[in-house]
Amino acid sequence: MNTCRIETPRTCAEASALLQALPDARVLAGGTDVVVRLKDQLIWPPLVEISRLAELHGMTEVDGWLRLGALSTWTEIERAALTARHADVLVEAAREVGSPQIRNRGTLGGNVANASPAGDSLPALIVLDAELELRGTQSTRRVAVAQFCCAPGKTVLAHDELIVAIWVPVRAGWRGAFVRLGQRAALAISKVSVAVRVLRADGIVQDSRITLGAVAPTVLRVPEAEAVLRGQRLSAAVMQAAAEVVCAAARPITDIRSNEPYRRAMCGELLQRALARLAEPTNPSDPSDPSDPSDKIT
Amino acid sequence: MTKTTITLKINGATRTVDVEPSDVLIEVLRDKLGIKSPKIGCDRGDCGTCTVLLNGQTVRSCLVLAVEADGGEIVTLEGIGTDGLTPLQKAFIAHNSFQCGFCAPGVTLAATELLRKNAQPTRDEIKEAIAGNLCRCTGYTPIIDAIEDAAKPANKKTKAKK
Repeated sequence: MNTCRIETPRTCAEASALLQALPDARVLAGGTDVVVRLKDQLIWPPLVEISRLAELHGMTEVDGWLRLGALSTWTEIERAALTARHADVLVEAAREVGSPQIRNRGTLGGNVANASPAGDSLPALIVLDAELELRGTQSTRRVAVAQFCCAPGKTVLAHDELIVAIWVPVRAGWRGAFVRLGQRAALAISKVSVAVRVLRADGIVQDSRITLGAVAPTVLRVPEAEAVLRGQRLSAAVMQAAAEVVCAAARPITDIRSNEPYRRAMCGELLQRALARLAEPTNPSDPSDPSDPSDKIT
Repeated sequence: MTKTTITLKINGATRTVDVEPSDVLIEVLRDKLGIKSPKIGCDRGDCGTCTVLLNGQTVRSCLVLAVEADGGEIVTLEGIGTDGLTPLQKAFIAHNSFQCGFCAPGVTLAATELLRKNAQPTRDEIKEAIAGNLCRCTGYTPIIDAIEDAAKPANKKTKAKK
């Protein structure tokens, strides 16, 4: 039988100190990934269970930023008014994660820290230009989500650091979409995912962000495809041109979930689906109103 | 290593139990507390047969360490409808929703959570709510039909037309 040591710190400082003192410790948040992996191991590392750290919970709007506590669950992200208003693309990603029971437990910070190339939070957070607040024993720092992952499972997080919060800049007029493909809709890890966010004025794209998930060792942003959209209307021809660019930019592999040519082709297809959704007219009374992207959550 | 004593409110009763730090909630429920409706199926969060309500939300009890649930409130199938079958359970019977029973406890709890939060779910919302509970017999249709029926107010036909 496995035995192990579990620490339940009550403050961030305590948690960081524990991590520093226990070089092989693992952080346990919602457990939806960590516990699955622990079950495959004969000897468990010490665990630092962070779910009781109050600072890591809750969502607030502060000085032009949306602050999401790192322990925000997918269910909370799916349902909150603040995320619906300022992080539409993240809400769409949240709905695609796992199953209701996984979403009730799994956390945004945990998904980011996992640094899986197929993690659904990362493409969405990068198109939102989100940043991470990392706190260790010595200091607190901010790192862009785009700079956080270096390789599958590898990040710039120091061993004594925790992701405390995810900060999303509040920007008017942007609209986003997240589309992914898995073996089935629920409980399947993404084969390919695409996140896109677009700022338009009178139908003309002023600025955009496009990211691809699960088709490279880390999430891939595709500035060449963003350049194709700039100054254009979202016509079928423009969407097609951007799709060709993302297909060329993708660096997928063949693995148990899918194969290289299919993943490459699907990058373009999913981008077109995402852009087509954004091209549809929104609330006629306020064309820039992103406050009601929901078709099912009330 | 060291045992920990945790306290859980299970189906309305407060229970105290000694657990290893690595004990998973499902093992504690079944082996130490004798609550047998949640099952160990895949043991890695995919199948949904270990579903229980923890503090009002369905979770995979195979992915929750028992110490994480310390101080929490757990409801299993045994704690649903202590005054007889719920309308949802009656609808499951009326529709022959289950055959082997592998998914039944989890589906019942997932649908219970759904109906508490959303008294009039659409068919798509029902499908989404039970998406994490794998049924190996009936192909889901009679399960979805039953949840839809249970959601209808007693004396009213609803949403006959779309």
